[in-house]
Amino acid sequence: MTATTSPAPAGTDPGGPPESAGSRPPRRSLRGPRRAGRPVERGASRVFRWTATGAGALILVVLAAVAVFLVVKAMPALTASSGELVDSVSFMRNSSSLADYVGPLVFGTVLAAVLALVLAVPVAIAIALFISHYAPRRLASGLGYVVDLLAAVPSVVYGLWGAMVLAPLVQPLWSWLGSTLGWIPLFGGTVSPTGRVILTVGVVLAVMILPIITAVSREVFLQTPRLYEEAALALGATRWEMIRMTVLPFGRSGVVSAAMLGLGRALGETMAVLMILSQGFLYSFLLLAAGQQQTIAANIAAQFPEASDMGMSVLIATGLALFVITLVVNMSARAIVARRKDFSGAN
Amino acid sequence: MAQRIDVKDLNIYYGDFRAVADVEMSVEPRSVTAFIGPSGCGKSTFLRTLNRMHEVIPGARVEGRVEIDGVDLYAPDVDPVAVRRQIGMVFQRPNPFPTMSIADNVLAGVRLNNRRISKGDAQDLVEQSLRGANLWNEVKDRLDRPGSGLSGGQQQRLCIARAIAVKPQVLLMDEPCSALDPISTLAIEDLISELKADYTIVIVTHNMQQAARVSDRTAFFNLAGQGQPGKLVEVDDTSVIFSAPREQATEDYISGRFG
Ligand SMILES: Nc1ncnc2c1ncn2[C@@H]1O[C@H](COP(=O)(O)OP(=O)(O)OP(=O)(O)O)[C@@H](O)[C@H]1O
Ligand SMILES: [Mg+2]
Repeated sequence: MTATTSPAPAGTDPGGPPESAGSRPPRRSLRGPRRAGRPVERGASRVFRWTATGAGALILVVLAAVAVFLVVKAMPALTASSGELVDSVSFMRNSSSLADYVGPLVFGTVLAAVLALVLAVPVAIAIALFISHYAPRRLASGLGYVVDLLAAVPSVVYGLWGAMVLAPLVQPLWSWLGSTLGWIPLFGGTVSPTGRVILTVGVVLAVMILPIITAVSREVFLQTPRLYEEAALALGATRWEMIRMTVLPFGRSGVVSAAMLGLGRALGETMAVLMILSQGFLYSFLLLAAGQQQTIAANIAAQFPEASDMGMSVLIATGLALFVITLVVNMSARAIVARRKDFSGAN
Repeated sequence: MAQRIDVKDLNIYYGDFRAVADVEMSVEPRSVTAFIGPSGCGKSTFLRTLNRMHEVIPGARVEGRVEIDGVDLYAPDVDPVAVRRQIGMVFQRPNPFPTMSIADNVLAGVRLNNRRISKGDAQDLVEQSLRGANLWNEVKDRLDRPGSGLSGGQQQRLCIARAIAVKPQVLLMDEPCSALDPISTLAIEDLISELKADYTIVIVTHNMQQAARVSDRTAFFNLAGQGQPGKLVEVDDTSVIFSAPREQATEDYISGRFG
């Protein structure tokens, strides 16, 4: 080889013609032939890069467009004086200002979603672990299929079921909770005789977000490297200890992401809340009493048909609040996932 | 602490496939036994039956007896978890838990046995085990960093530290040096020679020189053909196997005339 005359190491231009040993190879610089500082890309690679970049940009554009729409449409309500709002918007007559109207809605939205999450996450993790690590294969795939089917049920159906079946069904349980655990502030107050309270909403929302959290967690748990599971077993770990040492730490960030996906859905859920909850506009932690809370999405759906122009703007302002909450939730989820990156097993 | 192993008439299956047939051998306490043989002859499979790790693979099963100091590991009343706590294992690919710090890795097995270990005892044990694995000086300043931040050779020694921290009766090693450079390999071979004083060690290796250097006894496994079960051809003192083996197949294999 004429190595001394050819400073270009192999591999700088994989697509180039093969050099024959006898002929004098042309001098090449380490830089690509076309543009300085750019690695040479060809065909599929370049197409893929632009598609990926384009898709990423499109998401940003859509997101920005939604944000701009919300801000522009909410502007009249945001800039109007409180007196003007209270006078012109019929459904604000019990509120003194926009903040006074939005606040309890934000509170109710977050409360319902958090209740759903608290109820759904442990169950989802348990089902996911059962499917990934305990159940025999046939049972596992059957069960996974059933859980996925839950996601296919339309939310109106959940609403009907929640209001007509679940609420009367759980009412005695709520009464019992109220009478025995009533000293805990959450279960205080007069227990609603209909069962159409925020805790029932939480249960229905939990059922609705269960499939997505279970499905994502299951996939994450199944991806635990066999290598580490065997390391734990060889140290004398029982199956549960093995899960605690490897599967759960490995799956942690995935489960957090799954929970956030679920939370996102619970925050925005409209129909089920609208049909089940007996609404109120209070900052109230009473989970079993009627007429305490309302969520943003359900409230928009309820007021939308009869809203005036200014009323519409107020509703969109509440929608803007929901948008911001969802963004904050997603960003804090990312922060949680990133915090212990060194120990995540990803490196 | 070290105990002897007696294997009697052992057949090992993956589902219907018999991977290893009719193994009959003994391992003396405080000795190093090397398993050699061509790829696919069942060395790893056999090694994993010695601490009941074979059965974690779906469909895998074992017939025959493996006795540790006279107790059959496969007797119905024996708990595989208890067996694995007494028989440590080091894998071919280093596998320290990446979600744990170096110190927690060393203590992982100990915490399983005995949750309430005092802080001082834990520190002592970490130091003692890491010294035992010739790793202490390299990591003593970063015990709280993740184990995955170490080099491959360091990770493997961390795995050895983790295995010896529980003071097992027997230590099984499946090609512990195959992913390592010559210097790390020598460090681990030295370590094996030291550990021999306290443990019964069984090591699988593809490296003839390594088998000759570290082991007292050598077992040669072979495969009659595709789809046939692997068999133990002969087991003898390492010096005998490498100078005057009884079987022609052994001589062919170690002199590189295999195949
Ligand atoms: N999980 C498994 N399921 C089914 N068959 C397996 C499994 N693991 C190994 N086998 C089979 O068992 C036989 C012995 O494999 P084993 O891994 O024990 O060989 P080995 O001697 O360790 O080889 P190497 O030197 O390459 O590590 C091979 O035929 C292999 O295909
Ligand atoms: Mg092997």
